[in-house]
Amino acid sequence: MSRKPARPEPVQVVKERRDGALKALVEGMPYARFLGIGFDRRGDELTAVMHFDEKLIGNPLLPALHGGAIASFLEVTSIVQLSWQTIWTEIESGRIAPEEMTPATMPRLPKTIDFTVDYLRTGLPRDCYARARVNRSGRRYASVHVEAWQDHRDRLFAQATGHFLMPQAGPGSDG
Amino acid sequence: MGERTEALDAAEKRRIAKQFIEALPFAHSLKMEVQDIGEGVAVIAMPWSDDLVGDPRTGVIHGGAVSALMDTCGGAAVMTHPEAPAGTATIDLRIDYMRPAAPGQLIVTRAECFHVTRSVGFVRASAWDEDEERPVATAAGAFTIERPKEATT
Repeated sequence: MSRKPARPEPVQVVKERRDGALKALVEGMPYARFLGIGFDRRGDELTAVMHFDEKLIGNPLLPALHGGAIASFLEVTSIVQLSWQTIWTEIESGRIAPEEMTPATMPRLPKTIDFTVDYLRTGLPRDCYARARVNRSGRRYASVHVEAWQDHRDRLFAQATGHFLMPQAGPGSDG
Repeated sequence: MGERTEALDAAEKRRIAKQFIEALPFAHSLKMEVQDIGEGVAVIAMPWSDDLVGDPRTGVIHGGAVSALMDTCGGAAVMTHPEAPAGTATIDLRIDYMRPAAPGQLIVTRAECFHVTRSVGFVRASAWDEDEERPVATAAGAFTIERPKEATT
């Protein structure tokens, strides 16, 4: 290592590393793919997107999104946000090369302990967005709040709070 | 009405409710099957599938898929309550995950709408895999009671 301050990394190197980690994290979750959930990233900030599909409909008469599809979207968003924050330091340290970032090399995912969903408005047949905030992240437990909207960021149609058991890393553990 | 007609009505009601639930696009895409329904109780099964897996390294179904099953089952229980609401929507639902569901096994949920007021149906539900001794998850929720138009004052 040089004693001089390191030159900032080229932007494409930084992007490749961060996007590679995010892709590995999300692609390692078949249920997220099944629901058509993707993530937009700005720096470390994630926004989840669930693209509308007919199969997500619960009530065809209204039509409205199924409560279960909404709950699933919120839980996937919470788990990805929590994992993302956990591995961020690891990603930034450059210890994992982008080509080594695959679903198999990603850390184990947090396990949901409980999850409570508030349905505030009918989910319309269009794309949904969500952002999760980790309110507490300890070594074993984490508490996450997540908000979802469709057309207007400040008109939430659902929100949820969940508690998660963090994967236990270290030798002799299956984490 | 004779007893015989009433019994037929109950069977017919069950058939219609089963058909209605299984035809909901999201319930259909998760291959949910109504095993029993009526009088504020519903039993719905969901087969294990690759699509529903949360982490392929364990093969365990994502919690969200279990939530979807619980939510559908809760709604079905409310809809068939003797107070006969015209429709229902989830107000809130809390799920507690007791243990991971065994990969490859059918998940069965039983929901009961144990109390209704004019506007709200209260539901409890549990889910099991093939080990019926230990629940995979339990849930508690509140659902709206949509009254038929002529009944509202």
